[in-house]
Amino acid sequence: MKVRVDITLKPGVLDPQGEAVRHALGALGFGGVQGVRQGKVIELDLATEDADLAKTQAAQMAEKLLSNQVIENFTVTVI
Amino acid sequence: MKAAVITFPGSNCDRDMHVALEQATGQAPLGVWHKDTTLPDGLDLVVVPGGFSFGDYLRCGAIAARAPVMNAVVDFALRGGLVLGVCNGFQILIEAGLLPGALMRNSGLKYICKPQALRVATHDSAFTAALGETATYTIAHHDGNFIADAQTLDRLTGEDRVAFTYEGNPNGSLNDIAGILSENRRVLGMMPHPERLNDPALGGTDGAAFFAGLVCSLETA
Repeated sequence: MKVRVDITLKPGVLDPQGEAVRHALGALGFGGVQGVRQGKVIELDLATEDADLAKTQAAQMAEKLLSNQVIENFTVTVI
Repeated sequence: MKAAVITFPGSNCDRDMHVALEQATGQAPLGVWHKDTTLPDGLDLVVVPGGFSFGDYLRCGAIAARAPVMNAVVDFALRGGLVLGVCNGFQILIEAGLLPGALMRNSGLKYICKPQALRVATHDSAFTAALGETATYTIAHHDGNFIADAQTLDRLTGEDRVAFTYEGNPNGSLNDIAGILSENRRVLGMMPHPERLNDPALGGTDGAAFFAGLVCSLETA
């Protein structure tokens, strides 16, 4: 079963990379981009076929390693 | 002083750290591999050196912090052992939960490598007791922008746990923080590299004074 973990910076944490992307978008002529936040997507291929178990396992992985909860939030989606 | 230096795949300051410690102590430190599950007996100091452990994959220090040896390093620290983490070592100690906060991408987005003037923000630790008011060590990092929530920052300041601050903030770190101490003041994480300014041929000797001062405070303790 495949599970996707989306990792995003918590609100209020400055994102210098996102800010650089915002400036580059402006330079390319994309007006009106008021904010860019950069994150990560991690796809996990898990042995289980039980969606609830897969979500629980992925959440544990996100808590222990995949995300840094000082600065990041995560969401888990079965795909 | 009996010291050990941990080596991870991608560590690149471990040899410099060995040389600096041997010069200061007259005794070669022991090398410990990341897959080891125990530390040598009778250590006075464990050093987590700089580099790019595990290629900085996922987040700087994140994978190294979960390496087998880190359980032993955390136990050693919780028993009151002295632990020093420099640069990637600082990132690893934060990821391992021994120090608070996080180290983000430099605010200018660039990798910075230069001698950096620092203020010694507290002398209340074995690492900093023998130092003067200022020091210059090399910085060499892409992710040294220290952040923490307001409550953690207040605590670090209120408990006098900021060890070093930058003179002229190079990377956006909150409160100019370059290095912090644990609650028991026995774990120091710092982005600047004292082991890289350890010989006049390398451009300075403030780093040699750092390690000599650590030996001195341990001997008088």
